[in-house]
Amino acid sequence: MTSPFQYAPAPESRSIVDIAPSYGLFIDGEFVDGTGEAFKSVNPATEEVLTEVSAGSAADVDRAVAAARRTFTRTWGPMRPADRGKYLFRIARLLQERAREFAVLESLDNGKPIRESRDVDIPLAAAHFFYHAGWADKLDHAGLGPNPRPLGVAGQVIPWNFPLLMLAWKVAPALATGNTVVLKPAETTPLSALLFAEICQQADLPPGVVNIVPGAGDTGRAVVEHGDVDKVAFTGSTEVGKQIARAVAGTRKKLTLELGGKAANIVFDDAPIDQAVEGIVQGIFFNQGHVCCAGSRLLVQENIHDEVIASLQRRIGTLRVGDPLDKNTDIGAINSADQLARIRELSDYGVAEGAQRWQPACDLPERGFWFPPTVFTDVSPAHRIAREEVFGPVLSVLTFRTPDEAVAKANNTTYGLSAGIWTEKGSRILKIANQLRAGVVWANTFNKFDPTSPFGGYKQSGYGREGGRHGLAAYLKGAEK
Amino acid sequence: MTHVLDPDALSADARAATPPVDPYSDVTRSDAAFRAFLHGLPGVDQVGAESRVAVLGTRSIKTTAKAWAIDTAISMVDLTTLEGADTPGKVRSLAAKAKHPDPGDATVPHVAAVCVYGDLAGIAKEALAGTDIHIAAVATAFPSGRASREVKIADVRDAVSNGADEIDMVIDRGAFLAGRYLDVYEEIVAVKEACGEAHLKVILETGELVTLDNVRRASWLAMLAGGDFIKTSTGKIQPAATLPVCLVMLEAVRDFRAATGKQVGVKPAGGIRTTKDAMKHLVLVNETAGPDWLTPDWFRLGASSLLNDLLLQRQKLRTGHYSGPDYVTVD
Repeated sequence: MTSPFQYAPAPESRSIVDIAPSYGLFIDGEFVDGTGEAFKSVNPATEEVLTEVSAGSAADVDRAVAAARRTFTRTWGPMRPADRGKYLFRIARLLQERAREFAVLESLDNGKPIRESRDVDIPLAAAHFFYHAGWADKLDHAGLGPNPRPLGVAGQVIPWNFPLLMLAWKVAPALATGNTVVLKPAETTPLSALLFAEICQQADLPPGVVNIVPGAGDTGRAVVEHGDVDKVAFTGSTEVGKQIARAVAGTRKKLTLELGGKAANIVFDDAPIDQAVEGIVQGIFFNQGHVCCAGSRLLVQENIHDEVIASLQRRIGTLRVGDPLDKNTDIGAINSADQLARIRELSDYGVAEGAQRWQPACDLPERGFWFPPTVFTDVSPAHRIAREEVFGPVLSVLTFRTPDEAVAKANNTTYGLSAGIWTEKGSRILKIANQLRAGVVWANTFNKFDPTSPFGGYKQSGYGREGGRHGLAAYLKGAEK
Repeated sequence: MTHVLDPDALSADARAATPPVDPYSDVTRSDAAFRAFLHGLPGVDQVGAESRVAVLGTRSIKTTAKAWAIDTAISMVDLTTLEGADTPGKVRSLAAKAKHPDPGDATVPHVAAVCVYGDLAGIAKEALAGTDIHIAAVATAFPSGRASREVKIADVRDAVSNGADEIDMVIDRGAFLAGRYLDVYEEIVAVKEACGEAHLKVILETGELVTLDNVRRASWLAMLAGGDFIKTSTGKIQPAATLPVCLVMLEAVRDFRAATGKQVGVKPAGGIRTTKDAMKHLVLVNETAGPDWLTPDWFRLGASSLLNDLLLQRQKLRTGHYSGPDYVTVD
């Protein structure tokens, strides 16, 4: 039923950010024009063109890597670790000071609700810089060996789902360990990375420590395959991850990959049902499901299946889909037309495979890229929607009868990034968590992130860890994990 | 009172006077069965409940939504005075405020009820004659509930005969915490019977029940026993009405209606002082139990100082300026 309590629109003001008509690259501490073909960045909620960004060509990447190498050798590498830490602290504080600006820009460029960019993305990005700033002068005591040393130049390629947060995950540990960086943000969401470049200037970071080269796949390939890059870090699709692994194979480069996932969210019959339903919603609809560790496979014990699904449907009915800048919006826009097409294709495939598709009655805006929160029941492990990563707000529900069956089904995936367990029984949490082949296992919660906690996957979800003490190892020579 | 584990050993007339609603008519057949039922309700994860209310607390309520919410909140207030020093004059003054919360603005709705001690219910009734404002009285040895059942029942009868049409009773927390659920249940059934036509609000005193699991169990117990409302607190114990407690109680009434078809109201009381607090509660109602509960028939705010803040915020919305405490009336 319609509620008499209609929340009036509460849009966050756009006026806090200035978006220039065009952007270039950030190389050696300066904004410069790229020599690659320019591309447009659009607001996925309205399809409005926000700005034009020039792409980095192979020559631009070459310049960026050269700048990074020079700074690594002359300035950043030899610098006292405590001084590097000071720069990182300064960046963290500036991110906090300009948090609102970043949040609005991120929601405009990415389509995610301001509630999430304001309360999750930006605070966590700052937290990553604070956390790693603390490590900068304590690496000898990180338990990673007697004499950990930076690798050199890190080439980093990040995705569009958490543009600034993924930048922080990559840049903060690289800088804290004494490396310099050439980073390629995603083609559809380059703007917060370019605003971050301003922060680097504001923090007086030595030129060349951080270089940002926007562009599409070709630019990324140039970064990854550049001969003078010592370390490659990539977050994105498994398909691209495999290409990178091939390209890097046989070179001296170190590589970390954070790829796709198809996480199992396991709900036992003694779970706190109301909180489990919240966790299911948070697991799959957070950030429109554009989350590599999203809980996209709900494994619910058969005897509470109907009760959980009914609660879930009622709860989904209260989700507010629409304008990402409205503070009351729960679900924003799909990031791009391409991604929307992929979600539609897989969702239609689910119906063709015989699963039951359920979507709440909700009005979607006419312009922009939108997909309603979707639940598939009667899903079998043999269905494509139970195996392939949708990377959208689409949940597949499977059932199990015994703990062993839950573990078997949860592990029956080519991925292994994350998993969730819902039960009131502590002993069961510990036992099942040990049996799950996933990098992160959440108990009675989901999609919680913290810079102190290492993150990374098994199998086709990639290798290496980011965050925590373990994440430092990926950027250090002579590090023992 | 002792209870037996074997339900068949229970004589027919020893069973509850009012059997609970289907499909739960047999859960009170014995202490063991009732305990098994209440402990079989889904658990509540405290961390999860707190994070849920934290998210709902970030809803931005402004302009038309705020105006609607303020008026709705005013119409849900149980304007309360529960002090040893209460006098007939104080109650009359409160009744006058209940009718016209803002003497300078006739568009302000009246409150839902005036809540007083039982001996003052007659004064309140007289002062509120001709209005549809309810007279709520606390009874059953409020606030401790420490008296014999006969005394409690007499307390209720007295308040009803004085004119109260709503009775706010306290449960026996000692019995509840000792696991004597059937005792608590039977007392509520007996009080409900003594209420006659009056509505029964059952105060769980959640600050003394401490865990959210207990809050859910006590909510179901009170609903099965026939309570028309479940209420968080007496206002005499801290913590009183907190958002996580209110969340769990709203989930309980929602689930109870889904299971039995019977709707029960919710009344957080104690500690709700600001418009912002009230807004958060209304958001919680809207997104947990649902819009069916967004009326004074099914949701009340037990408060004394909240009303003035609602009035100040209402004046601010209308004039664009904040006024001071002298622009609203003291009780």
